[in-house]
Amino acid sequence: MDALIEYSPSLLGGAWVTLKVALLSLVLAVASGLLGAACKLSDFLPLRLWTMLYTTIVRGVPDLVMMLLVFYGGQLLLNEVIDYFEWEFIEINPFVAGVLTIGFIFGAYFTETFRGAFLSVSAGQLEAGRAYGMTGWQVFRRIMFPQMLRYALPGIGNNWLVLLKSTAIVSMIGLSDMTSLADQAGRSTHQPFTFYLAVCALYLAMTAVSGYVLNRLTARYNVGVREANV
Amino acid sequence: MELFDFQVITSSLPEFWRGLLMTLQLTGIALLCGFAGAVPLAVARVSKNRWVSGPVAAYTYFFRGTPMLVQLLLIYYGAGQWQWMQAAWEAGHPVWLLFREPFFCALVAFGLNTCAYTIEIIAGAMRNTPHGEIEAAKAMGMSRFKALQRIVLPSALRRMLPSYSNEVILMLQGSAIASAVTLVDITGAARNVYSRHFAPFEAFVFAGLVYLVLTFLLVGMFKYAEGRWLVHLAPRKATKRKEAA
Repeated sequence: MDALIEYSPSLLGGAWVTLKVALLSLVLAVASGLLGAACKLSDFLPLRLWTMLYTTIVRGVPDLVMMLLVFYGGQLLLNEVIDYFEWEFIEINPFVAGVLTIGFIFGAYFTETFRGAFLSVSAGQLEAGRAYGMTGWQVFRRIMFPQMLRYALPGIGNNWLVLLKSTAIVSMIGLSDMTSLADQAGRSTHQPFTFYLAVCALYLAMTAVSGYVLNRLTARYNVGVREANV
Repeated sequence: MELFDFQVITSSLPEFWRGLLMTLQLTGIALLCGFAGAVPLAVARVSKNRWVSGPVAAYTYFFRGTPMLVQLLLIYYGAGQWQWMQAAWEAGHPVWLLFREPFFCALVAFGLNTCAYTIEIIAGAMRNTPHGEIEAAKAMGMSRFKALQRIVLPSALRRMLPSYSNEVILMLQGSAIASAVTLVDITGAARNVYSRHFAPFEAFVFAGLVYLVLTFLLVGMFKYAEGRWLVHLAPRKATKRKEAA
């Protein structure tokens, strides 16, 4: 227990790193999800095929393999580019590789979530927006987005919880997140069980807080919608 | 420098093959054990008795709320922290000695993890059993156990197929973390090939392709299974209308 108190600042620092990775990946994933959903619903066949390829690859290849590819392969590609332009050496750090990979992977899951949500907003409303003379972006921001968010929220919540847990693998490419800091602390104090259990508790705490926030958001975006009483 | 050298892959095919066998063993055994444990525990999970459903709910909450990598490390590296475990190791206790084996620890972690998810999947399917079916079973004079055995479970185990196929695929993907405890599965083989040849594209793209093929096979198997056991729930195929000439 003393060891846990002694190492708690370092562990909490790691928790902050984990949270940063998760939140930045979420931003990237939501952006690629919106883009992916738009492509999937477009009339242009190559775009649809492209997103189909994207979602298939993401579902079929483990996140760790993709992360190792981005981390090691990305560095090699970058070196080639740097050599070509004779720039100074740039190193891909594990933080960037982790965020890019997790964002890319969960972008595919958000694509599916948003596609379903887009389809749930009735076409008449979008036409009405058009009829008022709104531009495409205005229709999206004022009419589509606030309404589709209500349908997408349960899916967003699920994806976020899975995303949060998948951040643990960034410790395998050398990022000092809370899992790898717990590993170090466990080795030097000979109490690995205690520290890994602490990491589990921290993940559960993050999940609990996210659940609370999601409930608040759901309540906010469901204002004015009567729920069926089953 | 060339970016993709097939020689690297062909020369390390035996290593990848052994990795494939390792991945298949890990996921296969973990899934079997997890499923076997999940059926009775799911029955406990839907019980109205809090003392029965509570512990199962706590178990699934913990294992579904934390990363599988941390669970694996907790079991493999964490076991050595306990004095009694170390004493058992020195005494040569056959069961506790297993906790020094990375393969066994990975099986325990993966099995407990997939079991937790499978419990919730089966329990969800059981809760969605149409009321009428249970009432009919009661009206036929079946006991609760008989109704469970003849009506609720067979139908729930069919209806869970689509979500269970997801879980199986996620388990296959999740098993890639086995290399964190020195096991050489497909990902582990790729990491070895990478560090030997410094060829990240060859190693990881090929490993990714192997996983992709495995995933396709699994999807195909589940499609077949759904066609066999879930046809009664599938939307009816539209019959082609004859075009007026």
